[in-house]
Amino acid sequence: MRNVYAIGIGITSFTRLEFQLVEIASYPVMFALRDCGLKQVDQLYVANMGGARLNHQTALGSAVVDSCNLLPAGAATIENGPASGAAAIKEGFMAVASGMHDVVVVTGAERMREVNGLEATDFVASLTHPLAEYIYGVTLPSLAAMFTRLYMEKYGVTERHLAMVGVKNQNNALKNEFAHLQQAITLEGILDSEEAFTNNPYVAEPLRFFDCCPVSDGGACVILASEEVAKKTGRPMIRLAGVGQSTDTHAVLARKDPTDLLAVRRAAAQSMEMAGVKPKDVDVAELHDAFTILEIAESEEVGFFKKGEGHLALERGETELGGKIPINVSGGLKGRGHPVGATGVAQAYEMVYQLRGEAGERQVKDAKVGFTCNFGGFGNNVICLTFIRED
Amino acid sequence: MSVDLEKLLRPVERPMAPFPPKYMVLASGENMVVRQVGRKDIPSILPYIRPLIHVERDYYDLVAARIYAELLAYYRYRVQDEYVLVVQVEGELVAVVNGRMVNADVGMSYHTIALRRGLRVGAHAFAAKMEYHFDILNQKEVLIVAESPIGFRRWMIEYELEKRPGIQHELGGVPSYALTKELFDRARGTLIVGRRPVPEDVLAKAEEAILPPSDPPRPPAYLMAAARSEYDPTGTALMLQQWKQEGKV
Repeated sequence: MRNVYAIGIGITSFTRLEFQLVEIASYPVMFALRDCGLKQVDQLYVANMGGARLNHQTALGSAVVDSCNLLPAGAATIENGPASGAAAIKEGFMAVASGMHDVVVVTGAERMREVNGLEATDFVASLTHPLAEYIYGVTLPSLAAMFTRLYMEKYGVTERHLAMVGVKNQNNALKNEFAHLQQAITLEGILDSEEAFTNNPYVAEPLRFFDCCPVSDGGACVILASEEVAKKTGRPMIRLAGVGQSTDTHAVLARKDPTDLLAVRRAAAQSMEMAGVKPKDVDVAELHDAFTILEIAESEEVGFFKKGEGHLALERGETELGGKIPINVSGGLKGRGHPVGATGVAQAYEMVYQLRGEAGERQVKDAKVGFTCNFGGFGNNVICLTFIRED
Repeated sequence: MSVDLEKLLRPVERPMAPFPPKYMVLASGENMVVRQVGRKDIPSILPYIRPLIHVERDYYDLVAARIYAELLAYYRYRVQDEYVLVVQVEGELVAVVNGRMVNADVGMSYHTIALRRGLRVGAHAFAAKMEYHFDILNQKEVLIVAESPIGFRRWMIEYELEKRPGIQHELGGVPSYALTKELFDRARGTLIVGRRPVPEDVLAKAEEAILPPSDPPRPPAYLMAAARSEYDPTGTALMLQQWKQEGKV
C-alpha cells in the first residue's frame, strides 16, 4: 500500500444553514482545494446520511462534483449512518493507498435543520433495529439514556460527570468559530443552581439537555493524496497512518454486555496498530460524543484509560485542553455540532488542523499524533482514524 | 373653543401594580435580572432593537419591527395599559417583553425578543411576563399568539395553551391561544422560576444603565452566504476561513 496524506481541509459553520444540501457539501470542497492549491482531482466522495429523506436530494456525488467544477472526476455518495464521514475517508484512503487514484476529495454534509426536531430525531432513529428497537419507540437519546443508566450502576459515573463533559466541550467550542454552540455554560448554571432543572431539563433521564449534541447542518472536507502530490503542496505532511473499522450487533439488546463497546475497542486497536502507535502516543483525540456518556465510555475503549475509569480521568482534568490527552478540543459533537454525515470528516479536519499547528486558541501543544473515533449506529459500526505528522 | 387634541388621542390608563424585580441563574452561571421599565427608559432600548429589524433569521425582522413600534407607541401614549419588562445580564440588555391589560381579568401578550440566544433567555422572559399577569395583576387568562415556529414551540406546546378560536388577538393573523391560571400554576417550578429579592448589587448594576448587546447583528461579510439571511453568522465564519487562507487574519 502507498502512504496517504491529508493535504487540504475546509469546513462550514455547523449551525442552521440557509443553503441547499449540495452547496453545504460544495463550500468545504472549494475551501479545501484553495487550501492545497489544487484544481483537479481524480475522485470525490460525499458522505451523507439523510439527503434523500430530509432534503429530497439523491446522487449527491454527481451533484457536488459538478457544482465544484471537478468534472470528469469520479464521484459517489457514501451512506453509513453517523459513521458516513469516516467511511467515506476510508474509501478515499483505499483509493489512494491502492494506487488507483492520486487525489481524492472526501466531503461530508448534512442538512438536518430543514425538518423540525421531532422529525430529525425520528430520522436518526431509522438506523435502529426495525423490529427489536424502532417499533418500540426507541430513539438515539433513549438508547443512550439506557446505556448511561447501566454505566452509572456499573462504574459509578454520576450526572455531575456527564455535566463536566458537557461544560468542557461546550466551552471548548467557544474557541472554534465554526462551532454550533457559542455560549459558555457552567456547572452552577446547568446542575447546581435553583434554576438548573429549567435550564437543563431531562431529555431522556438521566441524560439532560446539555448532555445531548445539537441537531446541526454543516459540511467538512479533507483531501487525500499520494506522497508525491502531498510533497508538491509544500504544506506540513500529515499522514493518514491508520484506519480501523469494526461492527457489532444491530440491536443493542443482543450484546452480552451493552456497556461493552466492542466495535470501538476493535476499530481503535486496528487503527493504532496499522499506524504503529499505542494509546499513550496519542496527543489529541476527537471522540464521538453525541451524548456526554459516549466520550467517557469511548475514552476507555480506545485505550486512553482503564475500563470504568474514564470519569476519574475527567475529574483529574486529563481530557481538557492542556491535559494529558485532550479530547474534543473542537467542541466535539456536543459543542461543534453533529450534522451526521459530516461529523467523521469534521473530526479528521480537526486532526489535520491540530497536527499542522494551526489551531490557534485551541491548539494542543506539539501535537504529532491525532486520533478520531466516528461511532455509527449505537456502536454497531465504528471507524477510527490515526493521523501522524511527519517532519 | 380650543381642543387639546393630544388629550383625545391618549388612552385613559388604569393603575397597574408594579412588577417586583426578580433574578435567576442562567446555564452560563450568570445572574439575569428581569425588571419593569417606564416610558423614560424606552429611548435607551430602541437603538438595540432597531438593528434586528434587518435580521431575517427566525422572524427577528418581523418581531423586532413590531416590538419597536409597540415600544414607541407606549413611549408616545398610544397604547392603553401597556407594560414593558427588560431582561439584563450585568446591565447588558438580553431580552425585552411586553404586553397589556385588556380588562381586569384578561391580559394580552405582545412580544418576546431575545437579544442573546442559546441560554433560554427568551423563555425565562416570557415566563416572567406571564407571572406579572397572574401573580401581580391577578388576571384569569392571557391571550397569546406566536409569529415564529420557535415561539409556537415555546408557548403553545411547552405550556399546552388552550385555543380561543372565537377571539381575534390584536396582533392579527391566527386566532388566539390562552394561558389560563390553571395552566400557569402547573408550570410553576419547571417553566416558571426565579428568585426575589434581587441582591442589591445585582439590581443596582441593572438599574445603573441599559447596556448594549454584547453580540449584535453584523453586516454580511460573504454575500453568497447571506443570500437569504442578511446577517447569517455562517457567512462571517466562512469569510473568516477565507481570510485565514489569504493570510489576512
